[in-house]
Amino acid sequence: MRVNEKAVNGKIIGRDWNVQNPWKAVRVKGPVANPAQAVEKAAEVIFCLCAFTAVAAVCAMTLYMIANGVPAVLQTGLKEILFSKTWNPTAKEPSFGIFYVILTSIVGTFLAVLIGVPIGLLTAVFLAEAAPGWLAAVVRPSVELLAGIPSVIYGVLGMMVLNPLMYRLEQKLFAGSKTHQFTGGANLLSAVLVLAVMILPTVINISEAALRAVPSALKASSLALGASPVQTIFMVTIPAAKSGILTAVVLGVGRAVGEAMAISMVSGNVVHLPLPFQSVRFLTTAIVSEMGYAQGMHRQVLFTIGLVLFVFIMIINGILSRIVKGENQG
Amino acid sequence: MMRTLKDDVLLCLIYLAAFFAEFLLIGILVYVFVKGFPQMSLYFLTTVTSIRQGTVGIAGNLVNTVYLVALTLLIAVPIGIGAAIYLNEYAKPGRAVRLLLFTTETLSGIPSVIFGLFGMVFFGMTLGLGYSILTGALTLSLMVLPLITRNTQEALKTVPESYRSGALSMGAGKWYMIRTILLPSAMPGIVTGVILAISRILGESAALLFTAGSGYFLPRSFGGWFHKIVESGGTLTIQLYLSMTKAQYDVAFGIAVVLLCMVWCMNLLTKVLARKFGVDMSAATGERQM
Amino acid sequence: MPQIKMSTDKLNVYYGESHALRDVTTQIRAHAVTALIGPSGCGKSTFLKTLNRMNDLEDAVRMEGKVYLDGEDIYGAQMDVMQLRRRVGMVFQQPNPFPMSIYDNIAYGPRVHGIKSRERLDDIVERSLRQAAVWEEIKKQLYKPAMGLSGGQKQRLCIARALAVEPEVLLMDEPTSALDPVSTLKVEELLGELKRKYTIVIVTHNMQQAARVSDDTAFFLMGEVVEAGATERLFSHPANQKTRNYITGKFG
Repeated sequence: MRVNEKAVNGKIIGRDWNVQNPWKAVRVKGPVANPAQAVEKAAEVIFCLCAFTAVAAVCAMTLYMIANGVPAVLQTGLKEILFSKTWNPTAKEPSFGIFYVILTSIVGTFLAVLIGVPIGLLTAVFLAEAAPGWLAAVVRPSVELLAGIPSVIYGVLGMMVLNPLMYRLEQKLFAGSKTHQFTGGANLLSAVLVLAVMILPTVINISEAALRAVPSALKASSLALGASPVQTIFMVTIPAAKSGILTAVVLGVGRAVGEAMAISMVSGNVVHLPLPFQSVRFLTTAIVSEMGYAQGMHRQVLFTIGLVLFVFIMIINGILSRIVKGENQG
Repeated sequence: MMRTLKDDVLLCLIYLAAFFAEFLLIGILVYVFVKGFPQMSLYFLTTVTSIRQGTVGIAGNLVNTVYLVALTLLIAVPIGIGAAIYLNEYAKPGRAVRLLLFTTETLSGIPSVIFGLFGMVFFGMTLGLGYSILTGALTLSLMVLPLITRNTQEALKTVPESYRSGALSMGAGKWYMIRTILLPSAMPGIVTGVILAISRILGESAALLFTAGSGYFLPRSFGGWFHKIVESGGTLTIQLYLSMTKAQYDVAFGIAVVLLCMVWCMNLLTKVLARKFGVDMSAATGERQM
Repeated sequence: MPQIKMSTDKLNVYYGESHALRDVTTQIRAHAVTALIGPSGCGKSTFLKTLNRMNDLEDAVRMEGKVYLDGEDIYGAQMDVMQLRRRVGMVFQQPNPFPMSIYDNIAYGPRVHGIKSRERLDDIVERSLRQAAVWEEIKKQLYKPAMGLSGGQKQRLCIARALAVEPEVLLMDEPTSALDPVSTLKVEELLGELKRKYTIVIVTHNMQQAARVSDDTAFFLMGEVVEAGATERLFSHPANQKTRNYITGKFG
């Protein structure tokens, strides 16, 4: 090897490998003439198409939701649809106000999160911090199984177990009332309880991961200052994991807003102001229970309900990505 | 001494919450099995409900479920794996990758009712497939796509970089390297993703109500088994829902037992895989990762 | 005049903003061992990777200048990269056998290039393992996972795997840095054997190793070749002050 000796001019004669070469089949002249290279290129293009399927799906869904949801709004007026309280789509002079439906979804989700998140967070604390190993090893698989139970089964249990209990409570509470419409227990409260249970696994899993990610040095320094283990959990570990826990809450909200089948079976399915002992209808249950027979304008309004739901979910997604981004920067 | 009292109360609450979750599961399982077990029989699993013959059974729904799972996987698994390969092996970090990741996240957050509406309008009406197992499978494919993509991607990330450079340094093409080295190494993770997708399909109902329909008959001829995919077919979950609305509680609980057993088997399968191959389950919970 | 196998002409490589190689013009003799020495981050591994275009795989790498193999520009439009990498094989710092049997590891390269016949593959596997001096040790476990071998055996397996495609040049990136002294010695002995058939370029941190195994040496510093020439001459009478400082251990 010599440096700066003389420029290389391509005259240097090497072993005539092309003649002896046992691999000559693969030797190529042009850049694309090789079948192996053509396969490589084709593979890349195909994978790229696969990757963009998700993009195409999201775009198509957005377009279809808008295209199908907007006509009813144009025809009836945005204010009339979103803020009118009367829902009577099959009457001679139908009215399509979905205000109570929207309100029910918001109130129902809020209450479900209010009940589900504390239980979920405490269970996550149990799994990540408090429980002895063997007990966590019993509870954790149970949470996984809870997550896997199909939503119709939650619906069945709500209908067969929760609704009769609610009905008894209702009879006691409204014993003398003349104005109360008895619901047989199919009311907002039942739906909220079912939703709270259904978001539990999501909240538990994500919060547990967040709690586990807290560096142990942080906990150790709190303990070293004389704080008790429980104090450390609530004053150091949980605050340190707050963005992960927030993610869990937002995912729980998303799950609750989008849940359809289970609550359609327990909520009584009548459009009402969302009060605990009234039968109510959510955005999702309106679609599930009426899409089967809705015609014309009624059907279009159901798509508008779908669009409202879609917008809710997109907002939740937006919040979620803000949280994640904030976390990555912080 | 206030401090320890407060500690005890909080600790008590933590245990209560965990026991609530635990007993909830036990309660659900016991209740469903007690109510549904009497219904369980080979007869229930292998006959079709017919008012004329007075039989009650879920054979048709079982077959529909199997068809739907198989067809959905057939569509979603290649696309999902392909997408993960592109994201992990080909794409250069930048705007395109951010867009792809963002849409995959978005897709996994969309509720199944919306998938159902979209599937009904797009596959059912625009493409003219009507209420059919194919429509249902196409709809569910979009739904489980993020699940498969994410799990495959996580699995690919665990394959050491040295395998890639080793293969490429011998003149292997990228696709050849992926096919012979990466995919075999990532297989346990990919399979875990597929099993999670199966569980999701088994439990799905809202997205199927207006796409796959509610048919529950078995094909009568040999050709019928092929024609079935363009016919309406209700899965176990759909039949469960319809039975409840018709107050046929026995059938409903019977189906619930079958569904729980299936979901439980899938759960067990992922566990076995994880133990055998050391798959990182934190990537496989099916939840969106932070 | 000795035959020149590879050469570079005013080679410049940039990683994003940093200038990794500056005006490197060198020649590599055929059937000789060329050692590349220099402190960490001096560009020797980068240089090695330009010789079989492995740096193509990294993002944000920019290259100027020419690299010739037998007088042919390897970055020219005519060059088939896969074929180039067959002709210029590589052994890495960490032994990296694939998660498959020993046999399949060796047969991987030939299969890449379309050899399917079982008999030919059997021949190639035996020949390659013999050349890499591990045949006797592992011939009874050809169908066992390669992951079960010791570190030194793994590295020689990787050398055999690289030899299986009959390369003309073998690039080795600190092949012994992850090995124990006994395995290191075996690999070093192997190099003397291999250079009869192949041209070898080896990156090493270990000056004694460079002195022991190489015929030519190039000293890299801050992306430049400070000095290069016959190993014996370079180690006994370094022309450059920096080279002298480095080989006498004053820095690096």
